[in-house]
Amino acid sequence: MSTVLLLLITGLGLGALYFLVASGLSLIYGLMGVLNFAHGSFLTLGAFLGWEVARRMPDGSWLTFGVSILVGAVVGATVATLTELLLIRPLYLRHIEQVLVTVGLSLATVALFEGIWGVDPIYVVGPEWLNDTTDIAGALIPNDRFVLIAAAVIVLLGLVVFLKRTRYGLIIRAGVENRAMVTALGVDVRRAFTLVFAIGGAAAGIGGVLASHYFGYVSPLIGGSLLIFAFIVTVIGGLGSLTGAAIASVVVAVLQQFANFYLGGTGDFMVVALLAVVLLVKPTGLLGSKA
Amino acid sequence: MNAPDPILRVAGLSASIDGQQVVEQVDFEVPATGVTAVLGRNGVGKTSTLKAVLGLISRSGVVEFDGARIDGEPTHRIVQRGIGYVPEDREVFASLTVAENLRLAERGTTPNRGMVDELFPDLIARSAQRAGSLSGGQQQMLSLARVLMNDNRLLMVDEPTKGLAPRIVTEVAAALERAAAVTPVLLVEQNLPVVRRLAHTVVVIEGGRVIHAGPAAELLDDDERTQQLLGVHSTDHGAPRGGTDHGAPKGDTDRSAPTGADESREETP
Ligand SMILES: Nc1ncnc2c1ncn2[C@@H]1O[C@H](COP(=O)(O)OP(=O)(O)OP(=O)(O)O)[C@@H](O)[C@H]1O
Ligand SMILES: [Mg+2]
Repeated sequence: MSTVLLLLITGLGLGALYFLVASGLSLIYGLMGVLNFAHGSFLTLGAFLGWEVARRMPDGSWLTFGVSILVGAVVGATVATLTELLLIRPLYLRHIEQVLVTVGLSLATVALFEGIWGVDPIYVVGPEWLNDTTDIAGALIPNDRFVLIAAAVIVLLGLVVFLKRTRYGLIIRAGVENRAMVTALGVDVRRAFTLVFAIGGAAAGIGGVLASHYFGYVSPLIGGSLLIFAFIVTVIGGLGSLTGAAIASVVVAVLQQFANFYLGGTGDFMVVALLAVVLLVKPTGLLGSKA
Repeated sequence: MNAPDPILRVAGLSASIDGQQVVEQVDFEVPATGVTAVLGRNGVGKTSTLKAVLGLISRSGVVEFDGARIDGEPTHRIVQRGIGYVPEDREVFASLTVAENLRLAERGTTPNRGMVDELFPDLIARSAQRAGSLSGGQQQMLSLARVLMNDNRLLMVDEPTKGLAPRIVTEVAAALERAAAVTPVLLVEQNLPVVRRLAHTVVVIEGGRVIHAGPAAELLDDDERTQQLLGVHSTDHGAPRGGTDHGAPKGDTDRSAPTGADESREETP
């Protein structure tokens, strides 16, 4: 029982990380038709710069932790915005070229990060409490899981409120459904493009800092490895669907944890198998409307 | 009634979709008042012509709106100049509510709710309903209401009566007539009684080109010529011009139904 609970909550924590990456991927694809391979780099840079700021502040304090998360969000949003303005926008509606640019950017930035910070993992320290455990019905749950889950829930709620309550949220929801018609109502949809990049980048940057605490280190490859699962989550959830991404994040991560523990480390394999099943049964993903 | 400058002038307009030419060297003008109807058989390029004017498909040639060249501008700029577009097949946002569809369409800070509230009370009562769950007729009303939220200087309306029951066709025509009283309209329409009721001028397209332009009555009164240009008879002599409580399109059922057998068009026996 306590093992099940531990696996479940750890799965939720990992799912929270996937969601922080997948939410942006899904919104960007849904609105713009671009699979953003550079998303992992937003995450990695957020993690590195979050750590750079944190190591200049008192070790292990909550303030340091909070500031590094904030730095991750700002860095992620900034590089994502610049990426959209400088690389994606000039290729307006040329989807293949846009995707190729993001692939190129992701390869180039990993090399750049390796040049700056080296290839070895850099260990990070957070508040002491994160490394403690909490006893829940006999299961000793590492506290960082709760922080991950809370962060993802806050980001999810923030996104839902933004999408439901603001004019740009309205434009984004409409644009995911029929972008041409949004422009035919006189709306400059390209501003919404920049905005989804900024929002997605911020979520990824937060995810980067949190991932570095979850894994205990930062490395130039941290973004790429999470990105693969985030892509799978996005496809399973339905490209363009935020709720789909949230559900799929949890399903994928929990499945991964359980399969790793009970089925001899087959977590990754089971995730890919799930992806195949979903694509066969419902090619648009759980809640998606477009393939 | 001396014709002032046209609100829209199109000269040598060509357009293509995926490399295939769908509009070829089209020239026509839309007067600054009244309804100008674009006619033609199925698939001749009527919708593509409207989309080319709006920059929704790649185009070349001259498009002047109120004296200014707009053929190099992106779609949202063109629309912001004061063009309301009601696309073929409505294209309401199915996942958004009626109210959200309307709110999205508001361009200025002073939306024009007056006419919308007056013309579409049924729609306003359904503000919170998802547009995807509206009936076809209600979706058409929403698509119209969306553009009437703004003060436009031209409306471009593509087959607003397509697939609607005769009674709804009459309602749509009445709403268009109201809108046309204040704003010039470029109307693509295959329902000739509706054309007769609303349009002053007609432009006939065939194979992506304009093959006829002139007063609406002149063409529609000439059954032989109508048959020759559109492949349908214009006989609806029973239906009076202008507002009518019988509903103009009701008079004709089979012969003057458009060719191309648009099976989605509902007819009552
Ligand atoms: N997305 C597309 N891809 C390829 N060809 C297209 C596309 N849309 C339209 N066409 C072609 O362009 C031509 C003109 O189409 P258009 O929709 O403008 O005709 P239309 O006059 O509006 O027809 P209808 O009366 O049926 O609405 C047709 O031959 C059509 O097959
Ligand atoms: Mg058409």
